[in-house]
Amino acid sequence: MRLRVFTTSHRALGILYLLLALVAVIAGTLLSLIMRLHRIWPDLAVPFFGTIKPEGYLALVTMHGTLMIFFVLTTAPQIGFANLVLPEQIGARGMAFPRLNAAAFWLTALALLVLLAAFFVPQGAPISGWTSYPPLSAVASAGPGEGAGMDLWLASIAIFCLASWLGAVNMLVTILGERRAGMTWSRLPMTVWAWLVTSILTLLVFSVLLAAIILLFSDRHFGSSFFVPRGDLVNGHIVGHGDGSPLLWLHLFWFFGHPEVYIAVLPGMGLATSLFANFARRRVAGYRVMAAMLVAIGLLGLVVWGHHMFVSGMNPYAGTAFALTTMAIAVPSTVEALGWLTILWGGRLRLRTPMLFALGFLSFFIAGGLTGPILAQPALDAYLHNTFFVVAHFHLVMAMAGVFSIFAGIYYWFPLISGRMMNESLGKLHFWITLIAAYGTFFPMHFSGLAGEPRHYERLAGPVTSFSAIAANERGITFSALLLASAQLIFLWNIFTSVRRGRVAEANPWEATTLEWAPEMGRGRVERGPYEYEIPANETIFHPQWELASKQE
Amino acid sequence: MPATFTRHPVEIERKDTGIGGKPPLDRRPTGGGGDGDNWENRPSGRRGPRELLTRYRLGVLFALAGDLMFFVALVSAFFVRQSAGHFDARENYVSDWHPLAVPPILWINTAILILSSLTMEMARRQLFHEIDVMDEWLGLGRPAVKRAAPWLVATFTLGSLFLAGQWIAWKQLVQQGFRYNSPDPSSHFFYLITGTHGIHLLLGVIALAAALGALFILRRIELRQIVVDCTAWYWHTMGLFWIFLFALLVCFQ
Repeated sequence: MRLRVFTTSHRALGILYLLLALVAVIAGTLLSLIMRLHRIWPDLAVPFFGTIKPEGYLALVTMHGTLMIFFVLTTAPQIGFANLVLPEQIGARGMAFPRLNAAAFWLTALALLVLLAAFFVPQGAPISGWTSYPPLSAVASAGPGEGAGMDLWLASIAIFCLASWLGAVNMLVTILGERRAGMTWSRLPMTVWAWLVTSILTLLVFSVLLAAIILLFSDRHFGSSFFVPRGDLVNGHIVGHGDGSPLLWLHLFWFFGHPEVYIAVLPGMGLATSLFANFARRRVAGYRVMAAMLVAIGLLGLVVWGHHMFVSGMNPYAGTAFALTTMAIAVPSTVEALGWLTILWGGRLRLRTPMLFALGFLSFFIAGGLTGPILAQPALDAYLHNTFFVVAHFHLVMAMAGVFSIFAGIYYWFPLISGRMMNESLGKLHFWITLIAAYGTFFPMHFSGLAGEPRHYERLAGPVTSFSAIAANERGITFSALLLASAQLIFLWNIFTSVRRGRVAEANPWEATTLEWAPEMGRGRVERGPYEYEIPANETIFHPQWELASKQE
Repeated sequence: MPATFTRHPVEIERKDTGIGGKPPLDRRPTGGGGDGDNWENRPSGRRGPRELLTRYRLGVLFALAGDLMFFVALVSAFFVRQSAGHFDARENYVSDWHPLAVPPILWINTAILILSSLTMEMARRQLFHEIDVMDEWLGLGRPAVKRAAPWLVATFTLGSLFLAGQWIAWKQLVQQGFRYNSPDPSSHFFYLITGTHGIHLLLGVIALAAALGALFILRRIELRQIVVDCTAWYWHTMGLFWIFLFALLVCFQ
């Protein structure tokens, strides 16, 4: 497929989104490797960055988080994959607003450029983390990067908010209005349900983030006092002149920030459901319940933001309430996980690469999810919150689960994009190294965290000797991270060679049932559910959605 | 004759009076209301001339839902900031929030905005007036455009008047010493809320001007309907937002 610049073809835009996410993920990974190297060899001079100063380390943390969360985990699984296959999956003729859709992509690209530009302004990138807590983020003199760099960060995220908002409007109207005849709610593939929920979340929460960014920008430049408390001492200067409250920023930010996690991971859940059904040749047990639980996770996700703020000085009663709602999310999440296990249990699994990555997603979703209820307890969180335990938790449940779902999607839909299959042996090699290295990288962080190692600290120095005990753990994490990153070269090589010399894919190579694999289906009605596989009698029998339901019934 | 530009199968007065009977009449001139759409099972292919209108209306609806959250966030910040006092050394509760008396001209502005919503609705309804629409569709002149244009001009004028009135209100406040960056948070919020709402209305006024131009440029009656209809829903929503924001600024200081 030839890519034209300023195309309005949704599939081309999907590829562009994935390429944008690739750029962001390469940059974000390099930053994280520099951080890891710095943690074990603090005096190592890195090209371009030199020897990392403490504030330089914070800039790396900030940019790594921002790139990964906004430009990889928010774009690729949601609007990237949706552009790739959503219109086909619902049998639409295209997106509802193709030009709006294209505008959303170019705004996202602009946001990425503005963000990366922060490295090149005087004093460099901002240092206040992807969460940009004031007063650090509200005062230009708070540290290097908090001047021009922070302004660029704010501008970039504001543009990103607008872009996501446009993209979500387009997706919602497409899903609601452009479905083919017969594509009823109970015949939607689970991916579409997930995109529906994430689009609603995007619409609701990115507007709130935009409002918060405007307030913060106003604090920085127009002398207002929304977020800076009176008499606050920042970097040797008294800066506050009103009773502003940093907590207000935390509330507004996490009202966005928590649903953001679900925007990143729900599409993966939808995709995993589809892949499990396909590669186990089974129907989805309790389709309606699975869909309803996706919606429930999305809705509950809107009322749990306070669990990011247990140690922020928030009212402890509010903390208890948020702990309850947070643990309530464990219920629909568990239903989802059990639903997947029901599909898999006793199934004759076809362990192709997309399926392996979907299983990896499930593994990380459970492994990372199990620490969720621990961190949801205010009493436990008080100890763990600023330690590496939290880093381990969200890198497993959000980052790795999200990335594995992206890999699953790319391996699965690659024939659709290029007409060729990706190399299966390279794919399996890539999967196993990535799986082992990902656990090797993020699982030991639990132990560092339990030992009390704080996050966001450039190095542990001074009289604290007990940390020498975890130095070996740290070294292991770093070597594992290097392995994890280099394993991705296999993936890139696989894509690079398969797109030109891969085995030519037959029509519907995965024997899937959803409509993106349909041959030309004209204007036919949809008369079948999304996952009509017949097992165990004969695993070659399946009823794709483009097949008419006439014969036996 | 099929009722081409209304959503419903139009209830036509069918008295078979033979030649010279009454023309078909649509009793719902707004082109909206009710919902004959089946959101569970969408029909395939072209869904008649209403398809595009439904799509754009839905888009505007979702966009405005996101926008609503933007203002909800500002209003929540307003209440949080309002209650963010502290206790001084003698345990007295000190708050830096001083209620700001809104300039009286805002009442006039509000009346103007409500009036503009009425004129906007008049303009919108002209484009769904069945008989005129049928004339336009058949190419017999543009009666709907001719009727709608003056109402759009009126809305445009009233909208601009509102913006001018807001500008005057800001000037008056500045003269009283309330600037954006004065230490009082209630003045930050006054400027922020009226300012962001003003930007939305400015976009609305631009959209009105564009719709007015589009009425004469666009060749398909469906597109003319869409342009005016979407502008109208945006305009009404901004009017509604303003009523709530104004109530907030007046009553909850």
